[in-house]
Amino acid sequence: MYKPKAPIDYNNAVITIKGLKKSFDDYHVLRGIDLDLYQGENLVVLGRSGTGKSVLIKIISGLLQADTGTITVLGKDIDKISDKDLQELRIRIGFSFQNSALYDSMTVRKNLEFPLVRNRKGITRKEIDSAVEEVLEAVGLSQTINQMPSELSGGQRKRIGIARTLILNPEIMLYDEPTAGLDPITCIEINELINEVQEKYKTSSIIITHDLTCAKQTGDRIAMLLDGQFQRQGTFDEVFDTNDDRVKPFFDYNFIK
Amino acid sequence: MDTEISTALQLKKKAKKPQGKITTFLISLYNINKFILRFFKEAFLPPFEFKEIVRQCYEVGVRSFSLISLTGFIVGLIFTKQSRPSLGQFGATSWLPSLVSIAIMRALAPLVTALIAAGKVGSGIGAELGSMRVTEQIDAMEVSGTKPFKFLVCTRVLATTLTIPILATYTGLVAMLGGYINVAVNEGTSFNTFVQEFFDPLTFTDFSSSLVKSIVFGFTIGIVGCYQGYYSTKGTEGVGKAANGAVVTAMFLIFIEEIVIVQITSWFR
Repeated sequence: MYKPKAPIDYNNAVITIKGLKKSFDDYHVLRGIDLDLYQGENLVVLGRSGTGKSVLIKIISGLLQADTGTITVLGKDIDKISDKDLQELRIRIGFSFQNSALYDSMTVRKNLEFPLVRNRKGITRKEIDSAVEEVLEAVGLSQTINQMPSELSGGQRKRIGIARTLILNPEIMLYDEPTAGLDPITCIEINELINEVQEKYKTSSIIITHDLTCAKQTGDRIAMLLDGQFQRQGTFDEVFDTNDDRVKPFFDYNFIK
Repeated sequence: MDTEISTALQLKKKAKKPQGKITTFLISLYNINKFILRFFKEAFLPPFEFKEIVRQCYEVGVRSFSLISLTGFIVGLIFTKQSRPSLGQFGATSWLPSLVSIAIMRALAPLVTALIAAGKVGSGIGAELGSMRVTEQIDAMEVSGTKPFKFLVCTRVLATTLTIPILATYTGLVAMLGGYINVAVNEGTSFNTFVQEFFDPLTFTDFSSSLVKSIVFGFTIGIVGCYQGYYSTKGTEGVGKAANGAVVTAMFLIFIEEIVIVQITSWFR
């Protein structure tokens, strides 16, 4: 089994969240989140569907606004920076969407080129081709370069989605349900890819999932989101060493006890 | 999702609560106005998306070209044929080219073009952007450092605004050809004479009002299609609603604008 080798710098938090709250109308999703993500760390956020896991990473990337709390990403307060700075910050954050979100009117090549062409002014054709080939090789899908997203399998779409974020060399990766809807073997391949990305690109990652195999294989630390707050944090074994009725069923279901 | 979109979507959701149709209408009106203001704020500031605008112009032209050609020709042919008996009662069939030219150039060409484009192009824009919204492609653009509003909305609105006047001019010429064929078969009028009589009664006001109308119609088709698609919610159902809403709202607005512009133009005659 592939395990991350890149060292974690516990003195350097790339994301710091304090007192984050978010509601949709009368539904309080996040009720006071405190979190640090350290340089080189893979943090897995576990929780039931609808508990606000995806909302959390959408707030981190500036796609949603928090009601209260401070979110500092790579030294910048997300709520206080200008649009221009937010745009520049987003280039340093890779976001892998649950359904890949590939541009379905573009080929794989165009999908990968798109963020590069738009963010690196003056980049040459040769440099673009080289970057596209490199990230495709990193996700092991060089042969799909001229295919349309509709011609790819679910696992391939996930990989291309990850490749599209890698092309900008992000410092932070946010994975939204990276293994959702995939067969067990493809899930393992995606988990290994997440670890490879961390090692090769020296990224720090937040992985949103309710797949415990994914959590165990990729996570340096697990944070369990319960009732809008992180109730349990630690290594995989530490988090599941409990008789808490809200936590135990996760383990029992995933490992068929 | 940027703050403005987030607010607009929240307002849209609030409007779904039982607050009455007037509240819903006012919230929609507020959102549309903000959307239009944002377009003017972003469309004319660099960086300009020239490549994408040209690509969208091509898309708009190609999507409606065949249908506009056919409809324009038939409109010219049928209008001439239907007008002949009435003029014939007064022995004035020689006025047919003039009558046809005024009807086509003042009203039919821009209106027919806009209605066809609303159906073909407006619905396409609504469905495309709606699908991009519900599959998170717009969010993906945003997090990758691209401004989706500028890239998706501004380019499409500019493309329809620039292309509809060209298509309307083309519709007018094709309709003229339809009218000429009918007149040539029945009256044996030569092409040169027909063209001369066709353009004789037309004034600068006719051309300019048609141009203004086409620009306004083009802008309407683009902005309505983009608005419906960009704020689309509720998955595939929302995409269908966005496409449908784009056509219905654009057609309704086009008729209202037609009335207003005709009224304003009449003050200058």
